[in-house]
Amino acid sequence: MGKILRRTFLIGTAAIAGGVAFGAYQLNKTYPNPLEDDLAEGENTFNPYVKITSDNTVTILVPRAEMGQGVTTTLAALVAEELDVDMADIKVEIAPASYAYYNSAMLADGAPLAHYNRSKLASAMRSSMSGLGKILGLQVTGGSSSIADAYDKLRQAGCAARETLKLAASEKSGIAIAELKTENAKVILPDGKTLTYGELAEAAAQLDPPSDIKMRPASEWKILGKPTPRTDAFAKSTGAPIFGIDVDLPDMLYASVKMNPRLGGKMKSFDATEAKKIKGIVDVIDMTGPDNEKFGGGIAVIATNTWSAFKGINAVEVEWDEAPYPATTDGIMGVIETALKSGDGDNLRDDGNVELAFADAPRERVVEAQYRVPYLAHSTMEPMNATAQLKDGRLDIWTGTQAPTIVRSDCAYEAGVEEENTFVHSTYLGGGFGRRGEVDFARFAARVAKATNGKPVQVIWTREEDMTHDTYRPASISNWKARLDENGLPMAIDGQIATPSVIASVMARTYPSLSPAGPDNTITHGAFDQPYTVENYRISGIKAPVDIPIGFWRSVGNSYNGFYHESFLDEVAAKSNLDPIEMRLKLMKDHPTAIGVVNKVASMANWSAAKQEGRAKGFAFTLSFGCWVAQVIEVSQTDDGIKIENVWCAADIGEALDSAIVKTQIQSGIVYGLSSALGQEITFDDGMVEQTNFDSFDAMRMNQCPNMEIEILETADHRGGAGEPGTPPSIPALANAIHALTGKRIRSMPLSNEVDFYA
Amino acid sequence: MILNVNGKDIEIDAEPDMPLLWALRDLAGLKGPKFGCGIAACGACTVHIDGEPMRSCSIAIEDVSGAVTTIEGISDGKDLHSIQKAWIEKQVPQCGYCQSGQIMGAVALLENNSSPTDEDIDEAMSGNLCRCGSYPQIREAIKHAATLKVEA
Repeated sequence: MGKILRRTFLIGTAAIAGGVAFGAYQLNKTYPNPLEDDLAEGENTFNPYVKITSDNTVTILVPRAEMGQGVTTTLAALVAEELDVDMADIKVEIAPASYAYYNSAMLADGAPLAHYNRSKLASAMRSSMSGLGKILGLQVTGGSSSIADAYDKLRQAGCAARETLKLAASEKSGIAIAELKTENAKVILPDGKTLTYGELAEAAAQLDPPSDIKMRPASEWKILGKPTPRTDAFAKSTGAPIFGIDVDLPDMLYASVKMNPRLGGKMKSFDATEAKKIKGIVDVIDMTGPDNEKFGGGIAVIATNTWSAFKGINAVEVEWDEAPYPATTDGIMGVIETALKSGDGDNLRDDGNVELAFADAPRERVVEAQYRVPYLAHSTMEPMNATAQLKDGRLDIWTGTQAPTIVRSDCAYEAGVEEENTFVHSTYLGGGFGRRGEVDFARFAARVAKATNGKPVQVIWTREEDMTHDTYRPASISNWKARLDENGLPMAIDGQIATPSVIASVMARTYPSLSPAGPDNTITHGAFDQPYTVENYRISGIKAPVDIPIGFWRSVGNSYNGFYHESFLDEVAAKSNLDPIEMRLKLMKDHPTAIGVVNKVASMANWSAAKQEGRAKGFAFTLSFGCWVAQVIEVSQTDDGIKIENVWCAADIGEALDSAIVKTQIQSGIVYGLSSALGQEITFDDGMVEQTNFDSFDAMRMNQCPNMEIEILETADHRGGAGEPGTPPSIPALANAIHALTGKRIRSMPLSNEVDFYA
Repeated sequence: MILNVNGKDIEIDAEPDMPLLWALRDLAGLKGPKFGCGIAACGACTVHIDGEPMRSCSIAIEDVSGAVTTIEGISDGKDLHSIQKAWIEKQVPQCGYCQSGQIMGAVALLENNSSPTDEDIDEAMSGNLCRCGSYPQIREAIKHAATLKVEA
């Protein structure tokens, strides 16, 4: 194992860094505090996370994108806990774009390692990948990594600010620091007198923090470790203008884009004569970028209001060029199938000797199956949009983004201005799910802003443009084979998974100068890294060359590998007449955390109870993003189709900082996964995506939403994430329940292609 | 053209086929109603016209004959509507983008039905999509708001 990991590590690192060597100097350097350049009268800053004004207003800067996962609450709480301020009294702001807000945890999780691998080598690899996140200054929200990244960093920021304020209080009062206490934005002197943080802030901001500061142990926490009301609930319950689409600037123009529906294809010609007759239209411009760009050709219509822009893009007559991929779904799946047949992949797991194990396997002891999944759109509720203003050599971008520093550098390049003259104003996100880690929508706004003579312009995509120009979750096909031993347990498992590489697609758009090489871990995430002990166990990821833009979609590779791996294990259990939970418990014998959630969910779901007529339950487990998740889903047969009645879920995340938010994140992930099973599928004809809106690409609705019972366990040794891990096991738990109900084994997604669901 | 929005008559200078949503957002500066689909398939743009929940993305301003209420019009932003209070108490919003529409749907539901059953909620709310899957909290908040209303 060591040998293969060392090799993949080197290549895997190169895949992200492009072979850039980095040394101790870069790792140890600190980024300057971006807040210092932009302080208002009376404002003081202590570090990139804290601002305090003389009137005692404490503002906490949240370095990650708020897209519903609660970072404006839990990350703020990390600072507030150490700073000694009440959550009800603080102001929370989304931090500006700055390398100071780099995320080191996301890349650490990108190392080709199973979460439970805690060897010295694994630890060295993780820490090296973390260093890379710092060097690249990646201010990215993704990979369910926000808490893992922020846990020490933000508490340290709160602690350092608190101790500096105490130091200022000590200098002012002549009383030793050790005798000072803090409480709700005040320093308390031994005689009970108080000095507010506001009174001390200006003097304190000139001081270096004391060197011997200590963070509090968890046992002394007042805020963390229990549910905190969300800081954004009021704004989001009153329709406040907090999203990118709500940005409203004086003299603002509105625009919409129409890019080649054959994704990445060029534009042969366009005729805007009719469009320009529409009232409110200001201009029609060619959006085609340079040849090496992946966005393809297209146009933008600039108008005085959104409706005119929408009418305009449909009135422009365009002749589109061909797509750089096969024109139909069949053709595209054919490329993936050919890649699968080649067998030319990277084995991130290769235990025992799989070839040998199958060489002499008796036919009746072998189970084989092929599974497949389609392309999927993110379909965030808020369509892609960004607002840009390019004036006097300064570029401003307002947008909801998961990657503000990349938006800044790409938009600066786009507009031909310096990065230091480019300012990204991050808004709240009307859904992200990975889609808003892309930069196309922001770049398009910068591109349009070059044509508006200094006026700000809001570029809004129609839903149709959004759905047909996504960076999709890729389609995939996989082959699975197991050999059963005399007890019916798998003694060998061989899984081959073919799919286009998400990392390669993202890199080609975001860092076109770097060429990714080596294995793409995301292809086999959710399959190679599962806590099962099988003597001969091989998982192979095969890259398929299809040039359709694909990207990170909530749980990425786990989203299909959870379905593959757990449906296949259910097939093995069925073949052996074993209870699917009993069988898994045997295979999980080396992983008590896994056993804990499986037993928990079995008890929540009353798994061993006798089967009810017309109802059935299915089970699945996936470890992803460091969170161990077991689910049981119960379905019923109704006159109107199969109905999902109940979902029981036990998730072990390690220490949960806010169990209520963690629970709703797991719930959200489940609904997201089940939505894909109920009918989502992106298909192609004539090189174009056939689904254009929620009428053809829907998601779960209120009347389809099951009862959900979710328990958060906190026994795992290492902290996991919450945003994505609910998704992977939801799909196979449903497929397995349908098998238990109907006897039908569904091996392709969406499940609705083979059964009717209650709608 | 004059539209009555949140109790005030406002002058709208636009083509008559402009959907109400864009007149509200771009011309009246009311950003509460959100754009989600443009085909009345997601409910993010829900407003009331004479108290009835309507998809403002799919009604041309020339066809608007009644009084329009947006989320900005159901409370003064301080003393919140019982639905809004319930939304905060039950911590409904995640990303929050669909919630203006959800709230307007729920307000209309409770106006017509003071103690809705699960089936009533399904019937009234299934046109409002939430990609974060906040449905269990929406259901709970509607039921909670029904009790708040009775107390008030």
